[in-house]
Amino acid sequence: MTNKKASKGFLTIVYIICGILTILSIMPFLIMVINATRSTTEIQQHAISLIPSSHLLNNFQILTGKSFNPLRGFLNSMIISTGSTACAVYFSTLTAYAVVVYTWKLRQPFFTFIMAIMMIPAQVMSIGFYQFMYQIHMTNNFLALILPSIAAPTMVFFMRQFMLSALPLDIVASARIDGSREFYTFNHIVLPIMKPAIATQAIFSFVSSWNNLFLPLILLTRQEKYTMPIMVSLLKGDIYKTEYGSIYMGLTLTVLPLFIVYFLLSKYIIAGVALGGVKG
Amino acid sequence: MKRKKLSYAKYGYIFSIPFVIAFCLFTLYPVIFTVLLGFTDFKGIGAVNFHFLENPLQNFQTIINTPTFRTALGNTFLMWGMNFIPQILLALVLAAWFSGTLFKVKGQGFFKVVFYMPNIITAATVAILFGALFGYPMGPMNDLFASLHLSDGPIEFFRNKWIARGVVAFIQFWMWYGYTMIVLISGILGMSPEWFEAAEIDGASGWQKFFYITMPNLRTILIYTLVTSLIGGLQMFDIPQLLVTKSGPNNATLTASVFIYNQAFSGSYLYNRASAASVIMFLIICVLSAVVFFLMQDRYEVRERKQLKKVAKELKKKRKLEERGMA
Repeated sequence: MTNKKASKGFLTIVYIICGILTILSIMPFLIMVINATRSTTEIQQHAISLIPSSHLLNNFQILTGKSFNPLRGFLNSMIISTGSTACAVYFSTLTAYAVVVYTWKLRQPFFTFIMAIMMIPAQVMSIGFYQFMYQIHMTNNFLALILPSIAAPTMVFFMRQFMLSALPLDIVASARIDGSREFYTFNHIVLPIMKPAIATQAIFSFVSSWNNLFLPLILLTRQEKYTMPIMVSLLKGDIYKTEYGSIYMGLTLTVLPLFIVYFLLSKYIIAGVALGGVKG
Repeated sequence: MKRKKLSYAKYGYIFSIPFVIAFCLFTLYPVIFTVLLGFTDFKGIGAVNFHFLENPLQNFQTIINTPTFRTALGNTFLMWGMNFIPQILLALVLAAWFSGTLFKVKGQGFFKVVFYMPNIITAATVAILFGALFGYPMGPMNDLFASLHLSDGPIEFFRNKWIARGVVAFIQFWMWYGYTMIVLISGILGMSPEWFEAAEIDGASGWQKFFYITMPNLRTILIYTLVTSLIGGLQMFDIPQLLVTKSGPNNATLTASVFIYNQAFSGSYLYNRASAASVIMFLIICVLSAVVFFLMQDRYEVRERKQLKKVAKELKKKRKLEERGMA
């Protein structure tokens, strides 16, 4: 029983450390949001304040008066992320379906191949990708950022795991008896069954596409094509050098959609992270 | 049944076609193209033609002998290590606390959500935010230092190369420890409770259980975390690129990816050298991942698991015998 008593003092330490980490997680964003409402002069006097001020609109006007166009960036990011997420989940499920449901000669080699390419650090090889896109005039074209998602090996792996446990092959067989074509079976029977897995994977795919900076930065050179992360990188430039309030404003605008998504879906996101880890 | 399935075999091929085409077009071909460019004289903005060099390895030799590249490579490993070691340690401790049987941490759900939160935020935004927080001459960090009387005047934090590197490493740590923690928790919760019960009956303390049961059984997940973190960490770009202007003093925060980007997309657009550097990075990552996998192979785990199960069984048997003896 000494264990219990010892653990009470121990528990206090646990809570203190968790509390510190909580502050560490929240504080930068809190400073950001509050400073987005404060004027540059106020920030210059005291950069940390817990009381919001009234310059929100003013900061927004300064921000958008220069090259930062949050609506454009938001829309562009939305198009790319939605497109690539749709491609990724649909075709990954289709590929997993091919591996799980059909018996074909190359099935096992193909799955081994997917496992092997899962860890390829493709970003490092983006010079070839850029040159390829440049030669076929696909730079400044969102398709260059959307279509590659059709081949998402990690997601195929996850979908396969889920399908093995959630999709009874009898359903496919009975659909055949009912005269359903294979493609129709996949679209109308299998996809609905896969919904939970698709939802989880869609969140992660969307967020990682939304947050991607490297590829959009090298591919999209025209200002009207800029994504949200590229817009953010403009805040680093000289034009905003002394406009502290509007820098915080710009940051807040890019974080806001993610915050909303996260707090609506955090339960599923955390569960999804946990699921992804067990696959190892 | 089997005959019926065979007649559908062609759909296996048909449904795999989009994946294979996309992979060949957008991953395989660019990888081959990058390797190819590494052996050529391809440079200059808008260049179309290229010739293979007389000395095919010239670009590679030049890159390896470039001090900046070596600095970048060293920085990448250094900052990855500075982030990964504390990250995995903290994640392990938190995972042990949150999945412990000895005590229950209240508000676990809340803590998980909060600790994971930075991971979902755009890295570019986080980099600029921290740049602003450490701003000079005016910024929240300077404000804090002044009000705590830790400094006489405004400090230009990123003037010091170790502070610059430290902040890059800290951001990576801060963004990823929550993720690692959740992955480890799910690994621990996946373990058989019997092992822990058996150890408890044997009088094992919390720490003993952690070191002799939890840790060995986490091996696979630790490898997975290590490899994914390594692959991601060695491609670190957004944060070093956007946090400190021009990679800090003496290229203190220059990473390999930033180096490759600078070679290819600024100055004289040296696509060939950037490609050579990419190939070198690619090989390093592949070799390191293979080494990690090889060093921590599964068979140890299998053997250990077997041993543990044996021990647990024996302990159970012993307990039953003792119980009988008592009765």
